[in-house]
Amino acid sequence: MTTTTGTIDPAARRVPPFGGVNTTVLRIELRRMLRNRRTIIFTLIFPAALLLSFGGQSGWDDKAGLGNVAAYILVSMSLYGAALTAAAGGSMVALERSLGWSRQLRLTPLNPVAYILMKTLVALVMGALAITAVNVVGAIQGKAEMPTHIWFECAVVTLFCTLTFAALGVFVGYVVPGENAMQILGPGLALLSFLGGVFIPLDQYSDVVRHVAYWTPMYGVAEIARSPLTRELPWYAVVNAVAWFAIFVVGAAWRMSKDTARV
Amino acid sequence: MTTTSAVRLEGVTKDFGPAHQRVHAVRGIDLELQQGEIVAFLGPNGAGKTTTIDMVLGLSKPTIGDVSVLGLEPRDAIARGLVSAVMQTGGLLKDLTVRETVRYTASLFADTEDVDTVLEKAGITAIGDRKVGKCSGGEQQRLRFAMALLPDPALLLLDEPTTGMDVEGRRAFWSAIREDAALGRTVLFATHYLEEADQYADRIVLISKGRIVADGTGAQVKAMASGRTVRATLPDAHQDLLHELASLGGVDGVETRGESLIVQAKDSDAVARFLLTRTDARDLEINARGLEEAFLSLTDEGDDA
Repeated sequence: MTTTTGTIDPAARRVPPFGGVNTTVLRIELRRMLRNRRTIIFTLIFPAALLLSFGGQSGWDDKAGLGNVAAYILVSMSLYGAALTAAAGGSMVALERSLGWSRQLRLTPLNPVAYILMKTLVALVMGALAITAVNVVGAIQGKAEMPTHIWFECAVVTLFCTLTFAALGVFVGYVVPGENAMQILGPGLALLSFLGGVFIPLDQYSDVVRHVAYWTPMYGVAEIARSPLTRELPWYAVVNAVAWFAIFVVGAAWRMSKDTARV
Repeated sequence: MTTTSAVRLEGVTKDFGPAHQRVHAVRGIDLELQQGEIVAFLGPNGAGKTTTIDMVLGLSKPTIGDVSVLGLEPRDAIARGLVSAVMQTGGLLKDLTVRETVRYTASLFADTEDVDTVLEKAGITAIGDRKVGKCSGGEQQRLRFAMALLPDPALLLLDEPTTGMDVEGRRAFWSAIREDAALGRTVLFATHYLEEADQYADRIVLISKGRIVADGTGAQVKAMASGRTVRATLPDAHQDLLHELASLGGVDGVETRGESLIVQAKDSDAVARFLLTRTDARDLEINARGLEEAFLSLTDEGDDA
C-alpha cells in the first residue's frame, strides 16, 4: 500500500484566529435575526408602540431630573424593548442546542466560549437596534426632553443592562425548551416591568407592592438605566441589578453544564 | 516516510452515570486505522458505536485510555480542519438557506474549499437558495455532507450516512467517498446497512456491548461466523421437535416463521439428515450465511460474555 502521495500533513493545517469568530458568521447571524418577523415585532415595533401609548399621558411635560416625564418614559420603554430583544436572543442559544446545531458547530474549529461571546454580541447589536428604534420614535414624537449627552448616556447604560436579560433568556430557554421560551419570557418580562417600575413609577404603588418591587429583577436595572437622567441611584438598586445578573448567569451556566452529556 | 495512523484508540473505556448505576458504554477498545482506509463500524443499537465516534471527535473524553487523531488530540485535529463528520444528530438551522449554511461553516475554518465547489460536489447547487427547513431529509443529509467536505478533511466520520437517501443518491454518495479515499482520506462509517458495509468498506469492525468482536474484511468477518442456514417447509412443527433440533451438535439457532423452519448451524448436513429422515420437512434449502446472519451470530456471542 502506498501512503506517500495521498496522505495529508497535519502540520500544514492552521487553526483559525479568534476561536473561529469572523465577520461572515456575524453578518449571517444578524441577517437571520432581522429576517425573523417575530423578532422585528418584539424589537422594533412593540416597544415603540408602547412608547406612543404611554408617552402621551397627562403630565408628560412635568420635570423629571434633568429632563421631563416623557424622557423618563422614553428611557423606560427602550429598556423594556432591549430587554425583550436580548432575552429572545438568549433563548435562541438554548433553542439551537436543542436542535443539535451547537453539536454541529462542535465539529468545526468554533470555540464554545467564542460561540457564546458571538451570541452575546449579536444580542447586544439587536438590543442597540431596539433602543435606537424607541429613541427615534421618541424624537419624532417630540415630547421627550433632556440634554443630548444624557440621551446617549441613558442609551449606553441601558444597553449594558440588557445583558442581564440575555442571561435570563439563556436560562429560561433551557428550562422551557423549544420555541415556547418566548411565550413565557414575553408576558414574564411585561409583569416584571410593571413590578419593577418600568411602566408605572413605583411611588404610585401601595407600600406593600413597592417593597416587593425592590426585590424584582427589573427594578435595579431600570433605576440604573434612568440614573443619568434622574441623578438618583439608591444603593439597593445597584445591589439588586448586580445580584440578579449573577443569579441569571449562574442559572444559565448551571443549566448549560447539565446539558453537556451530549453537547 | 513514516505515516501517522489516522485514528488510534488505546484501551479506551467510557462509563456514564453515577457510581451505583454505571453504564459501561465502551468496555475496552483498541483500534488503529491507517490513512486511506474505508472502515465500516458495524453493530446493533447501544453497542457503543456513537460513543466511540464521539470520543474520536473529542465531543467526550474516555473514562480510561487514549484517543489520538493523526497524532493529535481530537479537539486539536478538529480545530485544524483535519476531521469532519456527518452525524445523525447534527442539527441544522431551518431559517438559513443551504448556501448560507455552507458559507457559515466555511468561514469557521482557517483553510477551506470553495463554497460553490462543495455545493457542486454534494449535488445541491440547484437548491442553494432554498431554506433548510424546506429541504427533504435526503437533501439535508447532502448538505451535512457538503459541510463536512469544506475543510478537505483527512478523516471523515459518518454516522449512518445514507439514511434518508434514495438508491441513486446512495450510489452517488459512495462513489464520491471512494474517489476521495483514493486520495488518502480515511473514512470511518457507522451503519446498520450490513450490505453497505460489505459492499463499500475495505474493513469491517464489528462492535457489540462496547467491545470489538470482529475486525477484518467482509469475507473474513463472514468466515468467522462460519455456518449455514437450513430452511425447510414444515407445518405443525411442535415444541419437542424444535428442542430435539436445537440439541443437535453445531446448531446455533432454531426458529419458525409460519410454516417455514429456519435453522442456523455449523453442521448443516446433520440438520438436513435429521429433517429429511425424522420429519415431514420438504423444500429444503441450504445457504451460506450472509453478512447479516454473521453479524447476528457474532453479536449474540457477546450476549453470553
